[in-house]
Amino acid sequence: MSHPLRLVAVAFGAGVVFGIGLAVSGMTRPEKVLGFLDVTGRWDPTLACVMGGAVVVHFVAYRWARGRTPWHAPRFFVPAGMPIDMRLCVGALLFGIGWGLGGYCPGPAIVSLATASSKVLVFVLAMLAGMWLVRPALAAAPAEPKPRRDAAGSSLQ
Amino acid sequence: MDDFTPWSGLAGGVLIGLSASLLLLGAGRVAGISGITAGAFSRERDHRDWRLAFLAGLVAAGLVVNLVVPGALPASPRTHAWLALAGLLVGAGTRLGSGCTSGHGVCGTSRLSPRSLVATLIFVAAGMLVVGLWRALGALS
Repeated sequence: MSHPLRLVAVAFGAGVVFGIGLAVSGMTRPEKVLGFLDVTGRWDPTLACVMGGAVVVHFVAYRWARGRTPWHAPRFFVPAGMPIDMRLCVGALLFGIGWGLGGYCPGPAIVSLATASSKVLVFVLAMLAGMWLVRPALAAAPAEPKPRRDAAGSSLQ
Repeated sequence: MDDFTPWSGLAGGVLIGLSASLLLLGAGRVAGISGITAGAFSRERDHRDWRLAFLAGLVAAGLVVNLVVPGALPASPRTHAWLALAGLLVGAGTRLGSGCTSGHGVCGTSRLSPRSLVATLIFVAAGMLVVGLWRALGALS
């Protein structure tokens, strides 16, 4: 399926702004991220400010989007009615452990690929490998959305 | 707390929120980077174009930042071996958990999704635990 150039351009633009936001916030510095997770030591709460700023802005946009249609797409693709199950919890746990071990989550790591650092490359390749390795687990027990009256998912709840 | 930089943190966060809003309003998509990455490299060819474009945008931003502000993208202090393990866990965990700091932490929380709130609490707590252990075992200075 080919999408209008506008859609692809919007995605690219969003990626650029996201990357700049990550850099400005300091979240592309793993030491800073680890500092937020270092509650028992030299705690750096900056990440909380980052999340706070992001959530407040996005909350407004999300509310505004309800009842509307995306500019360059036929509908919203927003998950809804998915269960809070063991897979979610185990996944979040594993992700958190990996995050605490490396100080990287997917976004900052991909932005940092621009430095061609071997450390970043190792992390990203391993991340792709990890994503690939759990594919059987995803296929074996696909999470089913809870039944909803409007199952089309064509508009935001 | 000498490293606390609330204002640049907030500014960066606002940019992140704006970009996620742009992707939502413009493309109808959640700016969940783990999902976008997995989708871009999956067999699903239908939506590979916008996903790759988004990822290219991230890297493009990195290239610009790296040129303009040397030192803005330092590598992790951890060794390659630890980063390999960390990457595996992040990859596996974000797929199983259907999201990461952007997908659950920013986008899901903004939607007041209970699922995302639970996931965010878990991965933040897990990260804090791991760093706490790392410090307790004497590895942190």
